[in-house]
Amino acid sequence: MYAQMVKSEATQEDPEKLTAFQARIDAGEKIEPKDWMPEGYRKTLIRQIGQHAHSEIVGQLPEGNWITRAPTLERKAILLAKVQDEAGHGLYLYCAAETLGVSRDELTEMLLDGRMKYSSIFNYPTLNWADMGAVGWLVDGAAIMNQVPLQRTSFGPYSRAMIRVCKEESFHQRQGYDAIRKMAEGTPAQKKMAQDALNRMWYPSLMMFGPSDKDSVHSEQSMRWKIKMNTNDELRQKFVDQTVPQAEFLGLTIPDPKLKWNEERGHYDFSEPDWAEFHDVIRGNGPCNTDRLAARNKAWEDGRWVRDAMLAHARKKAARKIAAE
Amino acid sequence: MTRDEALVQGLVRLGDNTLIIGHRVSEWCGHSPVLEEDIALANIALDMIGQTQLWLGLAGEIEGAGRDADTLAFHRDAWDFRNLLLCEMPNGDFGRTMMRQFLFDAWHSIYLGRLLKSSDARVAAIAEKASKEVAYHLERSADTVVALGDGTPESHDRMQAALDYLYPYVGEMFLSDEGDAVLAEAGIAPDPASLREEYDALVGRVLDKATLSVPENRYAQKGGRTGTMHTEHLGHLLAQMQWLQRAYPDATW
Ligand SMILES: [Fe+2]
Ligand SMILES: [Fe+2]
Ligand SMILES: [Fe+2]
Repeated sequence: MYAQMVKSEATQEDPEKLTAFQARIDAGEKIEPKDWMPEGYRKTLIRQIGQHAHSEIVGQLPEGNWITRAPTLERKAILLAKVQDEAGHGLYLYCAAETLGVSRDELTEMLLDGRMKYSSIFNYPTLNWADMGAVGWLVDGAAIMNQVPLQRTSFGPYSRAMIRVCKEESFHQRQGYDAIRKMAEGTPAQKKMAQDALNRMWYPSLMMFGPSDKDSVHSEQSMRWKIKMNTNDELRQKFVDQTVPQAEFLGLTIPDPKLKWNEERGHYDFSEPDWAEFHDVIRGNGPCNTDRLAARNKAWEDGRWVRDAMLAHARKKAARKIAAE
Repeated sequence: MTRDEALVQGLVRLGDNTLIIGHRVSEWCGHSPVLEEDIALANIALDMIGQTQLWLGLAGEIEGAGRDADTLAFHRDAWDFRNLLLCEMPNGDFGRTMMRQFLFDAWHSIYLGRLLKSSDARVAAIAEKASKEVAYHLERSADTVVALGDGTPESHDRMQAALDYLYPYVGEMFLSDEGDAVLAEAGIAPDPASLREEYDALVGRVLDKATLSVPENRYAQKGGRTGTMHTEHLGHLLAQMQWLQRAYPDATW
């Protein structure tokens, strides 16, 4: 997902407090920033919300890649608005993380020096215009699978951020589907672009949900804390079940020869993505890892003089105001 | 030049300005100095593209040759573009982008202000919508120019350099030709030359607060709004912007 393989922190605290805390969560209460919370809960959330925020920010790059080449004024406007929304999501999420006592600048530094991750999906390239449709349809689609349940997460600010984000994400998904539909129903060249986009994006989209439950080490504690609401495999299955009929409607072929409706299970059977590739991408060896981080680092470095100047001007202005009083 | 010909040209000039500077601003997406700026720049670009649809849409309609806003945007070559040269100048650093935006917004807001009273109701209606957006752009770009001009010694030097670099492209905003005369005569649009004083006063106030000095050289680079000589930059911009439409002309998107 946007937050993948988030390590949950062990907690060693007063067992009574921990029991009372767990009882609040079990009762469906929201935990607010000023409430007592276990250190592990706080740290896990910082990691998860931070990673989610970073994903929104880095996620601007693969789509930003096509803004200047969008084929119509309307498509350009839709794409610009979407990328702008993603930056806004980053902003809400950094704000939610800040309530846990970590600043946006600190989180940014950790992204830039590689201590924190972002979703593996954004380390794949966007190579043709249909990718803009496929990203909305599949990537925003997969994000929604995870984020809709997170609207009920136990941490108040995170839950509220997810409620705002989800509204926009479902809009993105519909627009993405509309864009790729136009391609799939278009000329042979457009159809080819659409199929090519699906071929490249399918398995990376499945990877977004993280490793299979049997290999997922951090889930249990996070699920008890209602930081994670469903298992990776549950969400992946739900995503496949939802997406297959949509691909059929488009007349596109999902690149999985084993994909088949299983009457007994009431779900599609499908091939797992290549988990070795997933771990490679997480380790920094994806096709775009180096470029994505370099682009973020460059933006941050190039922008330093601007941030310094804004701060210096604000200080001077405040000083002048005091002097005038 | 007939009234309609002058009007189409005037509308294309407005639409090309917003299209080209909007394209430039959109190049920042995901690369700006702070997240708030990413959002703000995307917002400006979005407004510019929206205004382009309106101006070029109306131009195509009045022209009556079956060209819509997209055809005009994606299927003309550089010599048919009528934007101010300022709009096509490359972004440079963030300071230069904001200086370009400010110099443009200041002119744009004054020009649109006059269009509110246009004798052509269609023009006045678009100006009404656009001028609200542009008032906000101007407020923001002026504040940024002041903050960066006044900020640190480094930012001051960068902003002065940006102003020195871009100032030769200001004069073109106030050059009038036959088409402008026709539009002014019909009460459709102002005579560009008549806006200079107001512009100089507005820009002077802001640059003063920004502790920047207006360059003395008033030489004006020109050729954008007449299409006679664009900069070398425009061709590259169009190559990127128009590539898909040109490579797949039979596609709908
Ligand atoms: Fe998002
Ligand atoms: Fe997203
Ligand atoms: Fe999204």
